[in-house]
Amino acid sequence: MKFITLLYDNNPLDINMDQAIKIKKGLDIHLAGKPEETTKSTIVSPYYTVFPDDFSGFVPKVMVKAGEEVAAGTPLMYDKNHPSIQVVSPVSGKVATIERGEKRKLQSIVIQAEKTNRYLFFGKKNLKSLSPETIKESLAQAGILAFIRQRPYDCIVCPEDTPRDIFVSGFFSAPLAPNVEYIIRGREADFQTGLNALAAITSGKVYLSIRPDCKMQALKNAENVQIVSFEGPHPAGNASVQISHIQPVNKDEVVWTVNPQDVLLIGCFFRLGIVDMTRLVALVGSEVNETDRAYYPMIIGAGIQNLVKCSVTECIDLRYISGNVLTGTHIGANGSLHAGDNQITVIPEGDEVNDFLGWMKPDWIVNGINRWINPSRERTEYAPDARLKGGERAMIMSNEWDRVFPMDILPEFLIRAILGGDTEKMEKLGIYEVAPEDFALCEYIDTSKMELQKIVRQGLDQLKMDNRK
Amino acid sequence: MDFLRNYLDKIKPHFEAGGRFSMFQSLFEGIETFLFVPNKTAQSGVHIHKSIDSKWTMSIVLVALLPCLLFGMFNTGYQHYLSIQESPGFLMTFIYGFLAVLPIIVVSYVVGLGIELAVAQWKGHEIQEGFLVTGLLIPLIVPIDTPLWMIALATAFAVIFAKEVFGGTGYNIWNVALVTRAFLFFAYPSKMSGDHVFVRTEGIWGIGKGAVADAFSGATPLGQIGQASTSISITDTLGNPVNYWDLFWGFIPGSVGETSKFCILLGAILLLITGIANWRTILSVFAGGILTILLFNAIGSTPAMQINPLEQILLGGFAFGAVFMATDPVTSPRTQTGKYIFGGAVGVFAMMVRVLNPGYPEGMMLSILFMNSFTPLIDYYVVEAHIKRRQRRSKNILFSPVHSAFGSN
Repeated sequence: MKFITLLYDNNPLDINMDQAIKIKKGLDIHLAGKPEETTKSTIVSPYYTVFPDDFSGFVPKVMVKAGEEVAAGTPLMYDKNHPSIQVVSPVSGKVATIERGEKRKLQSIVIQAEKTNRYLFFGKKNLKSLSPETIKESLAQAGILAFIRQRPYDCIVCPEDTPRDIFVSGFFSAPLAPNVEYIIRGREADFQTGLNALAAITSGKVYLSIRPDCKMQALKNAENVQIVSFEGPHPAGNASVQISHIQPVNKDEVVWTVNPQDVLLIGCFFRLGIVDMTRLVALVGSEVNETDRAYYPMIIGAGIQNLVKCSVTECIDLRYISGNVLTGTHIGANGSLHAGDNQITVIPEGDEVNDFLGWMKPDWIVNGINRWINPSRERTEYAPDARLKGGERAMIMSNEWDRVFPMDILPEFLIRAILGGDTEKMEKLGIYEVAPEDFALCEYIDTSKMELQKIVRQGLDQLKMDNRK
Repeated sequence: MDFLRNYLDKIKPHFEAGGRFSMFQSLFEGIETFLFVPNKTAQSGVHIHKSIDSKWTMSIVLVALLPCLLFGMFNTGYQHYLSIQESPGFLMTFIYGFLAVLPIIVVSYVVGLGIELAVAQWKGHEIQEGFLVTGLLIPLIVPIDTPLWMIALATAFAVIFAKEVFGGTGYNIWNVALVTRAFLFFAYPSKMSGDHVFVRTEGIWGIGKGAVADAFSGATPLGQIGQASTSISITDTLGNPVNYWDLFWGFIPGSVGETSKFCILLGAILLLITGIANWRTILSVFAGGILTILLFNAIGSTPAMQINPLEQILLGGFAFGAVFMATDPVTSPRTQTGKYIFGGAVGVFAMMVRVLNPGYPEGMMLSILFMNSFTPLIDYYVVEAHIKRRQRRSKNILFSPVHSAFGSN
């Protein structure tokens, strides 16, 4: 046994799970506008919007017509490639509009909500009596399987797959991200049930990652899972980083990743037999009034008008983001909470600012020097706007991205391979291990202002298409 | 600054497609983005961007070059007045040097930026900032007596054939400033080395006129080493011995910006703390150079082989090349391991050319250009090694019994 272990180099299996894994590369961006740990009143909205694009890789086929009555849990669309995967309505009410864009591509389905939410009852289930296939089937039927992502390709899962392992990140490290411990508080039973369901599906283990200073019993002493603790700056909370430090994904292997809020969704589904898409959403960002930076219960798809009304800075252009500033979706003041997001961030747009000789300002030099003194941390909280702050250029600086990319991958060469459309090179350089979000920090610090997440997404999609043929 | 912004907004339509001055659109954009940070906001991907961009990067390099430039001007004056045996005071010395160096800077920028601008307009993209640095590097690495028309010709050659034909900044294979120098070096060898080019002896516009001293010889220390047949003692242009401090502060003849190791050190510190230059490259250039010299010292059969490492790195353009040329991110390897290999090889070859080839007293330029050519190859092998390691990992896990056992342990 020992001999075999010696054959490994950098053997990820050798890690001692009791000790925290230290992530050294990365960057914590300290933005102004952290949320207070208080829960405010539930945000209700007259309309709820479901976006098929939130479910990467989902090819929608609509199952309802405008005007049709639906309950919370009624399927709205299914995936053409895997018809058993469905996306269901988050609320009960009437289908208001089915919006299509160019080439009749489905953009969204809008539901006009009823006053009180009516749930479709799927029946309470005892997990112990169910086979993995039945669990997956019922999750697919309830539209919950669509929330789970897989590596490779960072897309929706295939229900026929048995994942090698399932990874749940028990903390968020992205800028201004909510505290998972606070979100789970009060719903510990749902969380554990959710983990039990996942543990039943995989052939391997469910890995739950936490911070070493985690105080919550439901996380730290969760059952049926392998706890791994991670120290270090963002992207320590990203699934890909955790996977690559625990056990990397190789060709022909499939692992699943689940967001902690979706573990609650799964748990609630098995305990109560309903699909309750209510989640705690943090309203954050420099432009949110200090007293309103808090947690709000919201149902996925809810319009944010009632959330941001009277709680954001007036008189300047604002950018509303569903999600965090690195990976979130740009939504307007009339936008909606996207599936999979745990926060709404509001920052200045910045298109009215005229920065005279801005690139010569000393704070920009200080910025550069800071990076050297303490590479993983910027000193002060700051409130950046959405400007690019420079023009797009060819790749000039080298090894810039390495500093914020804590995986055994050469990010620059992977990007080059994707840009060159060289699928063989992409595979060899480890594209199966990454998701676009892993390149978000690279994109943030990049001096040549390239759209790296978009490039990676295109590469993953291309590869998925090629491999299907 | 609102009035300026308003004025720019007012005249902007003239420069856009269809406007009266649309042929100068790139120039206008260049000036506009220089004056105001463009307020274009992120449309996809991350919503916030760090405030460093390519303009910032290039500006930092320019600031890092400033000490070398200012000292280079002073030293040009100092060497001149030494040759005519006058000492007119600090200010006059500097003014003389300033007047001598300024035309080279102007010519280099006008020719280079002119070509950049034309290409940017032709291709319809923004002006790339790369030449801001190249344009200042060129005056710093040529002898002061290089005729201006030669500088213009060489700059044009380098910008067109070493950069634009490859696709512009970020795609060139060889360092553009060094290609300029190499062009001069091979096309006009008599103007690029020897005893008559590194010290300007004539006056400029009546300033600094005087008879050259009888004892004067314009040979640089490296030139003296190259010509020496027996043991060497390096002297200044009048035959007085020079010590290590003279070499460190830079009071010796040589290309404009390369003489003061102190000023190069200041530049290096700025480049390193801002993270623009990679310490791996600089360190390995010096390591490669010093190890090679130690080896030659051990052999010691010619006078050039007997120069000790400290003296060697204080002489010529070695330090300047290590800090400002070898670290060029575009033409040096993009992998960290590759940087060690590249830097080490640059150091080794530079010293080998210096010591073994009496025809070329300085080898830094040739060495860096030579290694620039190997950069893609170095990167290729480093990446292949990385891929092999990854494949080994995946094989181990797929075919090892440990993997299946792992699920239950």
